Amino acid sequence: MCLAVPGKVVSIDDSADPLTGLIDFGGVQKQACLEYVSDVKVGEYVIVHVGFALQRLDEESALASLKLFEELGLLEEEFGDAWEQAEKEAGTA
Amino acid sequence: MKYIDEFNDPQLARRLLDEIRATATEPWALMEVCGGQTHSIIRHGIDQLLPEQVELIHGPGCPVCVTPLEVIDKALEIASRPGVIFCSFGDMLRVPGTDRDLFRVKGEGGDVRVVYSPLDALELARGNPDREVVFFAIGFETTAPANAMAVHQARRLGLSNFSLLVSHVRVPPAVEAIMTAPECRVQGFLAAGHVCSVMGMAEYPELAERFRVPMVVTGFEPLDILEGIRRAVRQLERGEHRVENAYPRAVREEGNPAAVRMIEEVFEVTDRNWRGIGRIPASGWRLTDAFRAYDAEHRFDVSGIRTEEPAECRAGEVLQGLIKPTECAAFGTTCTPRTPLGATMVSSEGACAAYYLYRRMNAPAVQTGGSAQREEVAPVA
Repeated sequence: MCLAVPGKVVSIDDSADPLTGLIDFGGVQKQACLEYVSDVKVGEYVIVHVGFALQRLDEESALASLKLFEELGLLEEEFGDAWEQAEKEAGTA
Repeated sequence: MKYIDEFNDPQLARRLLDEIRATATEPWALMEVCGGQTHSIIRHGIDQLLPEQVELIHGPGCPVCVTPLEVIDKALEIASRPGVIFCSFGDMLRVPGTDRDLFRVKGEGGDVRVVYSPLDALELARGNPDREVVFFAIGFETTAPANAMAVHQARRLGLSNFSLLVSHVRVPPAVEAIMTAPECRVQGFLAAGHVCSVMGMAEYPELAERFRVPMVVTGFEPLDILEGIRRAVRQLERGEHRVENAYPRAVREEGNPAAVRMIEEVFEVTDRNWRGIGRIPASGWRLTDAFRAYDAEHRFDVSGIRTEEPAECRAGEVLQGLIKPTECAAFGTTCTPRTPLGATMVSSEGACAAYYLYRRMNAPAVQTGGSAQREEVAPVA
């Protein structure tokens, strides 16, 4: 949960309260709260932590981070099945 | 330089390392505060690439690790109750309480659910009006805006079946506690980048001045960390102790004012116990009186908790940077990710887990046919 993952804003739901958008994290898409970066636009990159966009990020930095996260398997870690992982760690899988 | 080819820009990494090597004329000890940075350092062998004068000391920046045992035990107690849906981030599932963990509570029939965001827990509360939904609200300043928003929304929506078990911690008082400890060796800090994305940098100049330590706001990618080290060493060699921002692409001087406003509306500063470290004044947040109705500790009677830390676990010393994980006799023997004694071995940000997964020599791993054999565990963040 420490990870703050960069993602691209795909769409924004202006009617949602709090403000919500669909974010693309290198192929995985998830909804995130945009209330703390409320003037963000579709196509911009943001840093998302536990479902909340916290800051904007430039495209080059965002893509570099995403590439690194993917190589290290961190995206799977962040968005994968936590129970499966816990079972593996506990040796019960 | 066996690790350096794994860097996303090996040439730049070499250049930064050369510059650190050329700059450091005296021994310097730097503390990285963020657990994500610790994993990046160990995973990429940054500590082994550095010249021997520059030592990295791992700090207490893993919220999962520092969540006190009594709060874990309270979580386990609440999660075991009928009618409760207990929601947590995945990292908390295997953090050991006194005699079990959330993973086991689920196995025993407790309704424990992993959520990606506290707003997911809020949705569960809306969809299950006849159940009590409790969210395990741990984390540093990075996570606080999300948890604050969840409880703010709960009040706005009039949800009476949603509450937070709060164990929020703040970085600056921890820095102060580390620097005032008699055995402290830290001479400079790599400050946690994403904490500063939220809070900005205003809390640090006073600390840098008072303790005469450089504080360099640093990201957690390998090159970010090398750049943070380069700047901290340069300051130390010049006798400076300023706050610098080596992560400007994600950190602004003022942080995120909207997020800070929400934190301040919902939370107030309080003393907190840190697992393995003890009580640090003003080091945490709790819900303000206006939101006290959403405090799970008020809603559920969990006052009878008795806790017991395993005697052989030295996680507290690891978290304070006093020992390296490999200096603990239990490391890799009685304490492994499969049978963790402390949270630092199981958390995806824990220093012991980083050493176990990525390292290497010194670890008393089981020897098979002359080569170190580790348990198969999933790679961690």
